[in-house]
Amino acid sequence: MSELLKVPTMAEFMAQGKQPEVLFWVGCAGSFDDRAKKITKAFVKLLNKSNVEFAVLGTEESCTGDPAKRAGNEFLFQMQAVTNIEVMNAYEVKKIVTACPHCFNTIKNEYPELGGKYEVMHHTQFLKTLLDEGRLTIEGGQFKGKRITFHDPCYLGRANNVYEAPRDLIRKLEAELIEMKNCRRNGLCCGAGGAQMFKEPEKGNKDVNVERTEQALDVKPQIIAAGCPFCNTMMTDGVKAKEKESDVAVMDIAELIANAQDL
Amino acid sequence: MNYIPNILFAIALIAGIGYFAKNVKKLIRNIKLGHDVDVSDNKSQRWKNMAMIALGQSKMVRRPIAGFLHVIVYVGFVIINIEVLEIIIDGLFGTHRVFSSIGSLYGVLIGSFEILAALVFISVVIFWLRRNVIKLQRFWKAEMTSWPKNDGNFILYFEMVLMTLFLVMNATDISFQEMNSGNIISQYIAPIFSGLSEGTIHIIERAAWWMHILGVLVFLNYLYFSKHLHILLAFPNTYYGKTRPKGQFDNLEAVTKEVKMMMDPNVDPFAAPPEGAENAVPAKFGASDVQDLSWVSLLNAYTCTECGRCTSECPANQTGKKLSPRKIMMDTRDRLEEVGKNIDANKGEFKPDGKQLLDDYITREELWACTSCNACVEACPVSIDPLSIILDMRRYLVMEQSAAPTELNNMMTNIENNGAPWPYNQMDRLNWKNE
Repeated sequence: MSELLKVPTMAEFMAQGKQPEVLFWVGCAGSFDDRAKKITKAFVKLLNKSNVEFAVLGTEESCTGDPAKRAGNEFLFQMQAVTNIEVMNAYEVKKIVTACPHCFNTIKNEYPELGGKYEVMHHTQFLKTLLDEGRLTIEGGQFKGKRITFHDPCYLGRANNVYEAPRDLIRKLEAELIEMKNCRRNGLCCGAGGAQMFKEPEKGNKDVNVERTEQALDVKPQIIAAGCPFCNTMMTDGVKAKEKESDVAVMDIAELIANAQDL
Repeated sequence: MNYIPNILFAIALIAGIGYFAKNVKKLIRNIKLGHDVDVSDNKSQRWKNMAMIALGQSKMVRRPIAGFLHVIVYVGFVIINIEVLEIIIDGLFGTHRVFSSIGSLYGVLIGSFEILAALVFISVVIFWLRRNVIKLQRFWKAEMTSWPKNDGNFILYFEMVLMTLFLVMNATDISFQEMNSGNIISQYIAPIFSGLSEGTIHIIERAAWWMHILGVLVFLNYLYFSKHLHILLAFPNTYYGKTRPKGQFDNLEAVTKEVKMMMDPNVDPFAAPPEGAENAVPAKFGASDVQDLSWVSLLNAYTCTECGRCTSECPANQTGKKLSPRKIMMDTRDRLEEVGKNIDANKGEFKPDGKQLLDDYITREELWACTSCNACVEACPVSIDPLSIILDMRRYLVMEQSAAPTELNNMMTNIENNGAPWPYNQMDRLNWKNE
């Protein structure tokens, strides 16, 4: 199946003297994390299906610096940022889409001051645009009528006020979208942000991801939809901790749409 | 004529306002101890924020019960102050109810004040019950030690007493009761005093009048020492609050300069710094004490009224970690007050006292528990940003002390070496395509 994936690089586009419509910023999780790679591929399938001329940076991509900045290492963040901006500006990148809200937030908000000015979209926003333009069709397929709850990623929701694009896509699956007690601007963090993903949590009486997973399980979903590779990991771990992995799946919205069409 | 009451009144007024003004000056001086930030952008958005969030209480009402009661107390506070204006004029010039000459409108005004006073009284009683009888969790968290708890209750007692005095003053004002216009509430209180002689009732009226205005002046001066400063500072605080997307953290300019220099192949690393450049380099990256924070963060600290909405929304706090965004704000203010007193005691100069905000007030455990999720920022009804203090202090820990938790150091080493937080080779970034 993988031979069907068309994943051109910016370098290849440039060699042909062409510009892609959009740069797909894959991100570290999307490139290296086994679970997140599946999200990356699902999104690429949708891009291929919609005939979007996109490119990736491939080996020229490097961490945006988000976890370094949130951990307090401004030097490392800016080194990463300036390097990435140099690469992207050399390719005259105008528009970027990414499936990671952390990359999305950093490139969209923190890169402009450092010389990187691009139009940046989260993949759910991009897919919504494709849908609105008639380039992408969404059908319910196996998800028709399923109970799906959406976990708002902090860096997409509160941080950037994107609440509706992912929900619009879920509704298009003809699924039953159910909201958790804390949703949208009141959404509870999965516990991964602010570089917590890379360390053990401080002493407490519970892990944040378990608390959030309990909120999700309270509304009895069949699927917990996520829009962030880190949330995905945290919620998946939470579902395992509650021994519910046979009843509840944690899936990215791109995966839901791709799987519904058996891509 | 006897001018003694007028003179006493003027003295009380000058003393009350004068002492308050002195403390406001101190407050401004303390806030200015923070480093400068540019807040000249987005003027129209800032005015809009102030109008909606402070004046319009838009974020208060997100919690409907507390929000509704707060709106009553807030409207009551603002409107009843028109009455204070009349009291001041009467007190200074020896007049009695000077505004009553405007005719029937006066009855409408006082009538609405009386209704508000009664509603404020009821709301404040409910607030007291929420704190002390229902014991809402957020008022009983670890940082709510004896002073913050007492402070909250003192304010409520103050308001109960002031509202009672206002209504008693009206109820015992015989000529006002005879006007029978505007005494909507006080007419039901007046019969309590009906058995007393006219002279006694007059004395009660005068006593209530004096205690009310003196109470207002004492309350005004209590503000500086209390969490209640928010009634004034909510306005500048919402104006100066963050207008950028919540996820956007500032890029340290001093770092940008160094990074640009490191990346520029034409830079001569041995060149002498240009004139005055050594002053441009900050003494410190990040914040270990209040002077290293931005002045907006310090204004935030004075504005915090310790309602605890931030802490109740904090994922770390909800899961039993030590971090409480409210405590971050309270600690910042306590330390700032301490620094301010140090400056007062040392003729305007801060003498190092061997203490700082980091470790002596805010522990590393608290700082590292934050997920930077912005729930606290979203929850704050007056645009306080505890997250920016947490980030500034993390920056100090990492850039000045290299004191990040080991796992984070590993993560950062990976980013430095191979461009990802995990130890994977950058050359393998596209391998997923063929897997």
